[in-house]
Amino acid sequence: MGIKFSLVAVVGLILAAYIGVTAAGLSHFFGVSMPYLAMILFLGGFVYRVLKWGRAPVPFRIPTTGGQEKSLPWIKHAKFDNPSTKGQTFVRMALEVLLFRSLFRNTKFEIEKGHKLFYQWEKWLWLASLTFHYCFLVILLRHLRFFTEPVPFFVHGLEGLDGFLQVGLPGIYITDGLFILAVTYLIIRRLIIPQVRYISLPQDYFPLFLILGIGLTGILTRYVYKVDLIKVKTLTMGLISFHPVIPAGIGPIFFIHFALVCTLFAYFPFSKLMHAGGIFLSPTRNLPNDSRIKRHVNPWNYPVKVHSYAEYEDHFREKMVEAGLPVDKELEEAPSASAKP
Amino acid sequence: MAKVPKPSELELQHELPKTEWMDTPSVFKPGNFSYPGKAKNLKVLGLANPREWSPNDQDWKLPADWKNIVLEGLRERIDKYRTLKVFMDICVRCGACADKCHFYLGSGDPKNMPVLRAELLRSVYRKEFTLAGKIMGSMVGARDLTEDVIKEWFMYFFQCTECRRCSLFCPYGIDTAEFTIIGRELLNLIGCNIDWVVGPAANCYQTGNHLGIQPHAFKDMLEFFVDEIEAVNGIRIEPSFNRKGAEFLFVTPSGDVFADPGTYTLMGYLMLFHEIGLDYTWSTYASEGGNFGFFTSHEMMKRLNSKMYAEAKRLGVKSIIGGECGHMWRVINQYMDTVNGPADFLEVPKSPITGTTFHNAASTKMIHIVEFTADLIKNGKLKLDASRNDHLKVTYHDSCNTARGMGFFDEPRYVLNSVCNNFYEMPANTIREQTFCCGSGSGLNNDEFMEMRMRGGLPRANAVRHVNEKFGVNTLSCICAIDRAVLPTLMNYWVPDVSVYGLHELVGNAMVMEGETERTTDLRGEPLPGMEDNENEDI
Repeated sequence: MGIKFSLVAVVGLILAAYIGVTAAGLSHFFGVSMPYLAMILFLGGFVYRVLKWGRAPVPFRIPTTGGQEKSLPWIKHAKFDNPSTKGQTFVRMALEVLLFRSLFRNTKFEIEKGHKLFYQWEKWLWLASLTFHYCFLVILLRHLRFFTEPVPFFVHGLEGLDGFLQVGLPGIYITDGLFILAVTYLIIRRLIIPQVRYISLPQDYFPLFLILGIGLTGILTRYVYKVDLIKVKTLTMGLISFHPVIPAGIGPIFFIHFALVCTLFAYFPFSKLMHAGGIFLSPTRNLPNDSRIKRHVNPWNYPVKVHSYAEYEDHFREKMVEAGLPVDKELEEAPSASAKP
Repeated sequence: MAKVPKPSELELQHELPKTEWMDTPSVFKPGNFSYPGKAKNLKVLGLANPREWSPNDQDWKLPADWKNIVLEGLRERIDKYRTLKVFMDICVRCGACADKCHFYLGSGDPKNMPVLRAELLRSVYRKEFTLAGKIMGSMVGARDLTEDVIKEWFMYFFQCTECRRCSLFCPYGIDTAEFTIIGRELLNLIGCNIDWVVGPAANCYQTGNHLGIQPHAFKDMLEFFVDEIEAVNGIRIEPSFNRKGAEFLFVTPSGDVFADPGTYTLMGYLMLFHEIGLDYTWSTYASEGGNFGFFTSHEMMKRLNSKMYAEAKRLGVKSIIGGECGHMWRVINQYMDTVNGPADFLEVPKSPITGTTFHNAASTKMIHIVEFTADLIKNGKLKLDASRNDHLKVTYHDSCNTARGMGFFDEPRYVLNSVCNNFYEMPANTIREQTFCCGSGSGLNNDEFMEMRMRGGLPRANAVRHVNEKFGVNTLSCICAIDRAVLPTLMNYWVPDVSVYGLHELVGNAMVMEGETERTTDLRGEPLPGMEDNENEDI
C-alpha cells in the first residue's frame, strides 16, 4: 500500500507540473512561487526542528561505546570508537557523518540446521548509502553553476572530474549514473528484503521515488530534451537575486524536474530526511565517554524518596546488635524506634 | 513455570506474519512473558496502581484515566530526554538493526526487531504529537493509543534486555534501550510492571539488596564463605562490616552472596583483599551493587543507587570499589555521579598497594575491581600460578553493559590472561562491543520467561558452542552477576559441557597466598590439575 501510494504521489506531482506548465499556464507558480515557498519551508522547518530537538536537555551521558575505554595508561584506548575528550568525539562524529562508521559494521545473519547462526559480510547497504549521499552532494554542488555568476572554479573542477570519461555530448557525468544505481538499489532492497519491506512505511518509499524522479528528470533535461541552459540560468539567477523572470521556451521537463526538487526541499524538514540534522544531535554518538572523569549535571535532577541508613538501622537494630554488627544508635538509645521487621 | 521445549524441538523460523505488524495481536503464552508485579512490592516502592492482575486477563484493571496518564507521561519525557525526542524523528527504517537483536534472532518475531520495538512507541507519538499523524493516521505509521497497544508495549518492552547492540549498528546511534527504559517508565505510571523487577527493587529499597538478605544473614553468609576458603587453603579471612574509617567501601551484587557460581567469585574477592591487606569494609545497608530500579524508571534507579554514596559518606571511606556486575557498571559509569553526586566527600581512588591513581574515576571516585586487580598484576603485586586453572579451557563473555555502556574490554582480558593459560576468544562479531546478551538481562532472568530466555540467549550460546567444538572450551568466564546467574542455565540448555565462572574466581584459584597450605582443589572443590589422584585417595 505504501509503495503504490508513494508512487502515485510522485507520478501525480509530475503530471501536475506538466499539465500546470503546458496547459494551465502555471509557469509562474512552478517557476517562482513554488521554489520560494519550498525554500521558506526548508530553511524554516529545518531550523525549527533542530531548535526543537536542541531545546530538550541531555540529562545523562549515554554514549554507545564502540571500543576500549580510556583506562589505565598501559591499556590501549580506542580513541575514536570510545572517545573520552571533545576532540576525540569530534573525530568519532566525523567518521560517522562522513564515512557512516556504524553502518560499516553491518552484517547479515544466516541460520543453519541445528540452530547454528552465522553473520555474513554485508557492506552493500553501506556502499550504496555512501555512494548515494556523495553523488547527491556532487550533483548539488554542480548545480551551483545555475546560481552563481561567475561560476566558482571548484564547480568547474568538479564538472571536469565528474565528466572525465568524456563520453557523449553533453558529456556524461559519472555521478549521474552512480546516483541512479544507488537509489535503485535502495528501492529494490526495501522491496525484496522481507524484514525491510515489513517495516517500511509510505514515508520510506516516497522520498526514494521522489529522488529517483529528480535524478531521471534531471538526466532527461540534460541528455534527451537538451533544455536551453542559458534560459534556465536566467530563471535561477532571477530567483536568487529576487528578481524572478520566466524566460519563454524552457521545456516542460525542466519544470517537472524543478517541481520535484522543490517538493523534496519542502518535504525535507517534516520527514525522516531530517536524519541529516539529527545525527549531529544523537546523544549516543556526540558525547565523550567521560562520565566517571567529569561530573555532568542533569538540569532537571530532582530529590527523590530514599530509604536512609537511619531508617534501615531502626528497622534492623536488634538483629544487627545481636549479630555483632556496629550500629549508630545502641539499643538503649533508641528502644522505641526499633521495630520488628 | 512453563515447560520449555527441548533444544531440538525449539522451532526457529523467521518468516513474517501475513498481517501488517499493527494488525498482528500480541499473544501472551507461557514462556513469553514475565509475571506482573505484586501489589505488596509496588506499595513498598510507592508505585502506581498496585493490584493483583495477570497479562492473560482481558481486563488489566488500568486506572480510569490511564490514557491521559500515559500520554502526559510521554509528553513530559519527550521534553526531558533529547534521546527520545531525536530518536522519535530520525529513524529511516534502513533495517540495519533488525537482525542485531538476540531476541529477534532467537524468536523470529518481527516486533523484536529493534526498529519495530521503537515503532511501537513512535506510532503513538506520531498520532498524538505530529500533524501528519493526526491527519493521515496509519498512512504515516500513526495509530491510536489503546489498551491493546499497552499490552503490546508490556510484551515487547519486557522482551528487550536494554543491551544496546542495535544502537552500535544504527547509523544514527538510535538506542532502543532508551525506548525500552522510557516505555517501561510509562507502563509503570499505570501499574504495569513485572514482579522480577519490582520484587528485587522493593527488597533493595527496604532491606538493602535485591535478594532481601537481612544484615545478620548477610554477615552469616559471608562467614560461610570464609570457612569455605579456609577449607581450600587453610587461610582464615576476617572481613569487616559497616566499619567506619575503612579506606574503601566494597559493593558488589548480592547475587554473588547468594548462589553458585557467583559465590565462588565472591570468595575470590575476599581472598584478594586479604592477600593484599586492603583496608576495606562491606556494608549491609549498601549491600547491592546491581540496580533493578534501572529496569523500572530513571527515578527508581536514582533511589536505589543513592545508598552507595550515602553509605560511603556515613562510613567516612576514601573511595569505593565495585564488584563484577554489568548493569551496575552502566549505572555507575553513565548515571551515578549525575543523579547522586557530587561525591566531593570522597578522594580520587588510589591503590594503596601500587600507588596508582585512577584518574579515569576522578569524579565518581569509584573503581571497578577488575581494573584494580589488573593494576595489581601489572605491578607484580600478586603471586599467580595460572596452571591451577589448567583444567579449564576458558572463553570470555563481555556483558552488554560494560561493553557498550563503558568499553571495558582489555582490563578483564589482561587479568584473564594472567590467571589462566588456555584462553580462547569467541568469533569477532560476537565479542567486545559486538557482544551478544545473555538473553536474561534487565530483570528478565525469571523462570516463567524461560523459553524466551533460551531463545534470546541462543546467539551467545551459539558462539560458545563454536569455541567449544573448535578448541574444547569448557569454561565461560564473565564479569556480571546476572550472567553468573543465567548463563549456567543457558549453557545447560545449548552447550551442556560448559561451566560458568566469574573472573575473580579464576583469580582466587590462581593466587598463591602468603602462608597457604598446599591446595588440592579449586574453589569449587574440584581437584586441581595433577591432584586428581589425591582426591581419589581421600575418597
